[in-house]
Amino acid sequence: MIPLSHYLIVSATMFVIGSVGVLSRRNAIIVFLSIELMLNSVNLTLMSFSSFLGDVTGQMLAFFVMTVAAAEAAVGLAIIIALFRRKQTVNLDEINIMKW
Amino acid sequence: MTIESILFYVLSAGAVGSALFVVSRRNPVVAALWLIFNFFCLAGLYLSLHAQFIAVIQIIVYAGAIMVLFLFVIMLLNLGDERRLVEGVTPRKVVGGILSIAVLVELWYVFLGTPSIQHAALGNRATEIGTVEHIGAQLFTKFLLPFEVTSLLLTAAIVGAIVLAKRKLD
Amino acid sequence: MDTTFVLLSIAKIAVVWGGVLTGAAILVLAERRISAWIQNRLGPNRVGPFGLLQSAADVVKLLFKEDIVPTAANRFVHDFAPMISITVALTTFAVIPFGDTIEAFGQNVKLIVADVNIGMLYILALTGIGVYGITLAGWSSNNKYSLLGGLRSSAQLISYELSMGLSIIGVIMISGTLRLDEVVMHQTAPLAHSMQKLPSWLQWLIPVAGWLPSWNVFFQPIGFITFVVASFAETNRLPFDLPEAEPELVGGYHTEYTGMKFGLFFLSEYANMITSSALITTLFLGGWHLPFAESWGLSPFALSLVKIGTFFVKVTILVVFYIIVRWTLPRFRYDQLMRLGWKVMLPLSIANILATGLLLLWWS
Repeated sequence: MIPLSHYLIVSATMFVIGSVGVLSRRNAIIVFLSIELMLNSVNLTLMSFSSFLGDVTGQMLAFFVMTVAAAEAAVGLAIIIALFRRKQTVNLDEINIMKW
Repeated sequence: MTIESILFYVLSAGAVGSALFVVSRRNPVVAALWLIFNFFCLAGLYLSLHAQFIAVIQIIVYAGAIMVLFLFVIMLLNLGDERRLVEGVTPRKVVGGILSIAVLVELWYVFLGTPSIQHAALGNRATEIGTVEHIGAQLFTKFLLPFEVTSLLLTAAIVGAIVLAKRKLD
Repeated sequence: MDTTFVLLSIAKIAVVWGGVLTGAAILVLAERRISAWIQNRLGPNRVGPFGLLQSAADVVKLLFKEDIVPTAANRFVHDFAPMISITVALTTFAVIPFGDTIEAFGQNVKLIVADVNIGMLYILALTGIGVYGITLAGWSSNNKYSLLGGLRSSAQLISYELSMGLSIIGVIMISGTLRLDEVVMHQTAPLAHSMQKLPSWLQWLIPVAGWLPSWNVFFQPIGFITFVVASFAETNRLPFDLPEAEPELVGGYHTEYTGMKFGLFFLSEYANMITSSALITTLFLGGWHLPFAESWGLSPFALSLVKIGTFFVKVTILVVFYIIVRWTLPRFRYDQLMRLGWKVMLPLSIANILATGLLLLWWS
């Protein structure tokens, strides 16, 4: 039988890889993909606790995370499209109008 | 090695490996494809946790809807052949990487050092709570309010996405 | 996991894949012959009797053609896209029951490959993945016509997937299950059982229509129509074949494909037709159920064969319907397609769910 800690280690590793992506990549789309990766690793944690504890709340939370992720993807991609129309780039370093 | 543990390690290796590819590819389409592969591995892991409903929803919502949206936008903006976006190594990235690895080491230390989660066996109720019937019943009784609020969130997201992405008539 | 189960599963997979692939091959010929008949031509009739070996000849030709990959194409994705298409087309059939049970090897065998309790969700998941084959083929070819075809298909498939999923919900509400075999079982009772609950001013309907089987198409006419239309859109068949509209886009997403890779797209289109016909049959037309077949006094084995035959006949009729529609209707314009999907189909299927819910509340 797989112990709970193994699931948690996989999830933690994925989360950290995602955070490295967010911190180091400058392509807005890939940063966005990394955020999805982090959300999913959190989902894996929730799901493994839910199954190991026999409590459905974790699965519910994962379900709601997915809904939020869908909403977030729609709005985020709309923002990226709007930015691309204005600046012709998705490089986050060049999107600095609001930087003071 | 039982067949379950072999499956677990294969799926975990797939998930972690594809996550590495997601953050390291230059071409956004290829990164998105690796992310889709990652989602399939996660769906497999959910199945190994007996959470069949969430596993299928993971495929339907993430792989079937969200990632198609991503691919659609990447293709629409024609970012696939953008080679101009050169990404060099900056001090900020080095610090970010070191801090992330520190977090990783910390998490591993906690997970490997806590005895209570080492020998935990999958609960007997795992199969029961993962079914569509049980999740549906819970969703419409105990979690009714969050579920309804979700609809508001989705409506707001639809309106926001349309307003943001609409071409201005000026 | 015992050996009999594994062997039986392999046998069932072999039967299903053999059936779908042979069916697809025959369908290619049938399509050409029917289109020829509609257009007052003869169609292919030289290879074998009635041209029956035409598909075999086509496959041999495709296998020996040179595989050309455009220089600037993404090689891996270009090779991978047809594989996704054909995999999705061939695995959807796994949860569709193609018969009741049959006596074989001394036990009662359920005629369904994967007897899972989330069959409908599995089908929705696979239709969601099916988008990738076409979208990626369009992107990886590095050709503007292909890209346009890929973009169109992803928008179209997402839009019609919604109405497809929502029109299934009506069926789920009536049957109260996600298993497709139970959905079929639920449709086997005569309609008179459900009609007892009709109000008194409609009771006269019982002798008129009570002998009919309680197929879901009688309870869900709007769901049936939206589902059939959405299936046409999901399989990229005319009048919804915008992703490969020949006059505008050369060949759409498969413009840059040659040889057997093109053949795989071709094959998956026809396999998808068979699968979606089987799905329509299962969900709305009673699956393998043939009214009054039980009263003929057949032996159980013959009855099983009759049920498989019924399923086969129903699927064939639907597939021929697909072909006739293709050669009868003109193609939609893109804005018309989107308007139909979002402003007609989606509200209609939501209204159908609402009406079904109200009726169920009232009847129970």
